[in-house]
Amino acid sequence: MPNLTLVLFLSTLLFSSSFAFQSDELLLDDEEFGLEGGSHPRSPEPVITDSPPKQTPSIRRRYSDPDLDSKIQFTLEHAFGDSDFSSAGTFSARLKTWSHGGQTLTKLRFARNEFSDEEKHAFQNLLKGDDFYRIRLPSNVVTPPGREYVIASVRARCLPRDGLDEHIAIHMDGANILAVSYGSPGACPYPRQLKLPGKWTFNSHTILKSSEQAPRTPIFTEEILGSSENMEGEAEAPVERSFWAKYWMYLIPLGLIVMNAVTQASNMAEEQPAGSQGQAPAAIHRGSAPRRR
Amino acid sequence: MAMAIKASLLLLVFLSSAIVSFSLYEDQVGLMDWHQRYIGKVKHAVFHTQKAGRKRVIVSTEENVVASLDLRHGEIYVITLSSQGSTLRAWNLPDGQMVWETSLHSAQISKSLLSVPINLKVDKDYPILAFGGGYLHAVSAIDGERVLQPPESSIIYVLGFLHSSEAVVYQIDSKTGEVVAEKSMVFPDGFSGAVSSVSSDKIVVLDSTRSILVTIGFLDGDISFQKTPVSDLVEDSGNAEILSPLLSNMVAVKVNRRTIFVRVGGEGKLEVVDSLSDETAMSVSLPVADDQVAFASAHHEGSKIQLMVKLVDDLETVLLRESIEMDQHRGRVDKVFINNYIKTDMSNGFRALIVMEDHSLLLLQQGAIVWSREEGLASVTDVTTAELPVEKDGVSVAKVEHTLVDWLKGHMLKLKGSLLLASPEDVAAIQEMRMKSSGRSKLTRDHNGFRKLFIALTRAGKLFALHTGDGRIVWSMLLNSPSKSEACERPSGISLYQWQVPHHHAMDENPSVLVVGRCGSDSSAPGVLSFVDVYTGKEISSSDIGHSVVRVMPLPFTDSTEQRLHLIADTEGHVHLYPKTSEALSIFQREFQNVYWYTVEGDDGIIRGHGMKSSCAGETADEYCFTTKELWTVVFPSESEKIISTLTRKPNEVVHTQAKVNTDQDLLYKYVSRNLLFVATVSPKGAGEIGSVTPEESALVVYLIDTITGRILHRLSHQGCQGPVHAVFSENWVVYHYFNLRAHKYEVTVVEIYDQSRAENKNVWKLVLGKHNLTAPISSYSRPEMFTKSQSYFFAQSVKTIAVTSTAKGITSKQLLIGTIGDQILALDKRFVDPRRTLNPSQAEKEEGIIPLTDSLPIIPQSYITHSLKVEGLRGIVTAPAKLESTTHVFAYGVDLFYTRLAPSKTYDSLADDFSYALLLITIVALVAAIYITWVISEKKELSEKWR
Repeated sequence: MPNLTLVLFLSTLLFSSSFAFQSDELLLDDEEFGLEGGSHPRSPEPVITDSPPKQTPSIRRRYSDPDLDSKIQFTLEHAFGDSDFSSAGTFSARLKTWSHGGQTLTKLRFARNEFSDEEKHAFQNLLKGDDFYRIRLPSNVVTPPGREYVIASVRARCLPRDGLDEHIAIHMDGANILAVSYGSPGACPYPRQLKLPGKWTFNSHTILKSSEQAPRTPIFTEEILGSSENMEGEAEAPVERSFWAKYWMYLIPLGLIVMNAVTQASNMAEEQPAGSQGQAPAAIHRGSAPRRR
Repeated sequence: MAMAIKASLLLLVFLSSAIVSFSLYEDQVGLMDWHQRYIGKVKHAVFHTQKAGRKRVIVSTEENVVASLDLRHGEIYVITLSSQGSTLRAWNLPDGQMVWETSLHSAQISKSLLSVPINLKVDKDYPILAFGGGYLHAVSAIDGERVLQPPESSIIYVLGFLHSSEAVVYQIDSKTGEVVAEKSMVFPDGFSGAVSSVSSDKIVVLDSTRSILVTIGFLDGDISFQKTPVSDLVEDSGNAEILSPLLSNMVAVKVNRRTIFVRVGGEGKLEVVDSLSDETAMSVSLPVADDQVAFASAHHEGSKIQLMVKLVDDLETVLLRESIEMDQHRGRVDKVFINNYIKTDMSNGFRALIVMEDHSLLLLQQGAIVWSREEGLASVTDVTTAELPVEKDGVSVAKVEHTLVDWLKGHMLKLKGSLLLASPEDVAAIQEMRMKSSGRSKLTRDHNGFRKLFIALTRAGKLFALHTGDGRIVWSMLLNSPSKSEACERPSGISLYQWQVPHHHAMDENPSVLVVGRCGSDSSAPGVLSFVDVYTGKEISSSDIGHSVVRVMPLPFTDSTEQRLHLIADTEGHVHLYPKTSEALSIFQREFQNVYWYTVEGDDGIIRGHGMKSSCAGETADEYCFTTKELWTVVFPSESEKIISTLTRKPNEVVHTQAKVNTDQDLLYKYVSRNLLFVATVSPKGAGEIGSVTPEESALVVYLIDTITGRILHRLSHQGCQGPVHAVFSENWVVYHYFNLRAHKYEVTVVEIYDQSRAENKNVWKLVLGKHNLTAPISSYSRPEMFTKSQSYFFAQSVKTIAVTSTAKGITSKQLLIGTIGDQILALDKRFVDPRRTLNPSQAEKEEGIIPLTDSLPIIPQSYITHSLKVEGLRGIVTAPAKLESTTHVFAYGVDLFYTRLAPSKTYDSLADDFSYALLLITIVALVAAIYITWVISEKKELSEKWR
């Protein structure tokens, strides 16, 4: 059986494409790459690849300097339980080198190999044993595998849904991969039920994550503080609250008193006809005490 | 009505707690807190007894403390912290003021030597010779200026070793510092070990095989070697070791578990003159009357210490032989310092200062211990808490019997105190009375949980139980190696764990702690476990576990006797289950699939997550050993990030509520997970001292990593910032402290994590109808939906450590306890480091207690919980909850120890100690009487009205 490969990408929302064989040709142009793939009957799921906002995908890369902007590929490897790692798919991306020396990875695409029968069998065993499905990536994309592989794993029972859903978040720092978060896109609550996937196709979502910059500590001078206080005085009108919200603390005791008075009154009405002289006060006392509680 | 009173009381409490600052009055000092001063293990001691007046001993210790101790009582008189390495300082003796300081500029840190003339008098100008960093310095004793003044002989001989196989002699003109002559000679076998300077022109060293003694003579600049195999001196010799004491014309060699004294003859001839057991400590020789030189030796025999003073020239003459009974087990004698004095009968008397193996310091004189100090407590490595025994019916606690006169006196004093009429003596008396009446130093559990034991493990491997009431040592125990093998005579303590905390069943068992020790300093050295009964301080059992200890992980499972299951990871990647019982094994096997752990390889910058795999294979393995598999790795790029700090939540922390109500009636769910790891990394360049890099070169990145799946939940980089990072992790927030190079200020950042996946559970109807996922189990394998809020503030102080208060139920608001560079502890409300602080909070936000945003955190002088005290050399702060929800125990350790009880939101759940119950009682009685009287009166009135 030929090694059928799904190469899927969505660089813009317009293109959704895949192709039947895996080309290891180094492609220099986005459009070329997209056109070559053509459309494929089995392209059910688009792979969400994110691209940083600095680049708009519509810009043609034909004139870009190949030295500064190079295509790279790195493989995703997987292991079933304690087995050895084998290739599971290929990431291809652009490595953009900035003038200040920094590098960023953009336009990540992921081509997942389909499970072979053997792998299917291994995966089913994992599902039965609730064991780990492990993946790994090189820790440096320019010189793979870098210092060491970056490993992530998930309980196999978390993946099957309709097909096999996976969510890969790659934490990058320049050309280095720090860590990869791998798992199902949704929840996977603890008593994990054994469920075989309906389709043996992967529904992959990949996302690149880079470090967030901490906001700078605000520095206030005295004037700013002073003016802000003034502003507060004029701008800050107290929010109008409902009558109930404002006065509930008065209304509840009032209501209690009213209720108390009503019961008192009804008691008085009851006792008026049956009122005898000597024992009356004591009886009233005994009768009304529980009601007051 | 009762409800209303309660509500108004609560309101009152809230109003009073709204006052931010925490402070106490002068007369409250010492009521809840105690402070103990220590100096550490003594390295050198100099007696100062010549002059009349205060007799003192000046000591310097391994904790870089120079202290002057009173010889009569052992009280610390002057204490000064000195820095290590490259600075020379002179102090004025009476008051400890620094006279001068000279820093010796040296590029690299090296072993420094110091040579001081013996009779140092201030008015004469002697040079002090100091060697450091490859340079020889001569420093004037008067003002510390680097001078070269001529002593009597003008040539200084310096002997040094090059590459440990070549001896070099320099002759230096002490006037000019010029090298007059230089000679070197290669010794092919190489040197090793300590050097013993025998006389002014001879030293003795060992060769690299440690079996040949080499005498090096350097008379007139000529070097001569003379080799004497140790086997010639004693039969059946193993590796030898030269002991450091300076004995004239004599060298002490430790060989074959014996200490032999070897006299060095005129031509470098060596002869054995005496031998002692190797557990003997010796002092430096001391000149006594009639040109005689004596030295002291001390060794341990059973529960006694044998102290002997002998003449160096004539080892048969024993000037003093004493045997002193020890009050407790302190191990062997480590160091001896002697001092002589003239007795009343004009003969020579000796006093000895001895340092024991547990670092305690004792002064011996006339066959008795004059005083002793537990200096081991200056090097506390780990602290845990333990409960005291419950007060039993049979055991009556002695109550202080008061006579009526005493009682009246006491009340008069109290009255005086409250009317501000008390004199200082009266105040002291009141203080003492308060202490007694509160019964705070009793050895039983109290209702509020104020009385507890702090179990402290010291570097010397000794365990101390300190009472929270007055800080006294309830019991102490020196760790012993179970096997008594030569390789591991005295294990060093690493960490302490709560082994058995009986509460539900097994109530009659005593609680116990697990002490993990190690034989040697290497991390691959075999570990030692010891189980110690907390009530009695006796070791229940101990075992050599035969594998190394990398990490000890208490598991959230206990067996039927409430023994907690622990996993110990070794260097080979195996984990071992303790206790080794079949019951523990069955409990563990049930949860086998759900046990995960992680390792941090700080040098490589890799964090690995592991899961359990199977039982160990191999002959040596038992069924309690398990192999693990690697589940995830986080690899930090070595060129840009270096791990400087990792932190997890305290495993026993209690979180009261999962939700946090916002001002706009919105609900936020805290992301509370026990499996979060906080990691801080800096650029390798920025790992050095503050200011050694430019802001562009340094960046600080912080991570929050789920330790089950290895997911990075939060990643934030601070450009232009630098470590050291001090952090505290509690509930769903982390607060960390670092240095901002751009602003030239320290900063504190808070990160709070909230759970998004539960955010829909806001609708009341959903909650009522049960359509919520609040009770659904949380799995790390679900994709985390969380968001973080963070904010940074400037903080004016450099920080040594940060901790957070912890209370029994987690209801009380929290305070950060910041150990500042001045060795004080600052209590800062968590409200100040709230990421929701805004510049101008709305009315609703103000009502909630949100403080307007400021750029820096306030340091309120009243909120120093150490008030006027200093915890010298502060290293750590431990907090433990009391039973009373409002109160938390705080224990700070460094060279000194400090303890106090804190109530971050005031004691809203208990009355003050000095609450007048009598007044309350009188009021109630008066009210009842008034009710009765009015009732009688009204009855009468009613009756009279009816008769009318």
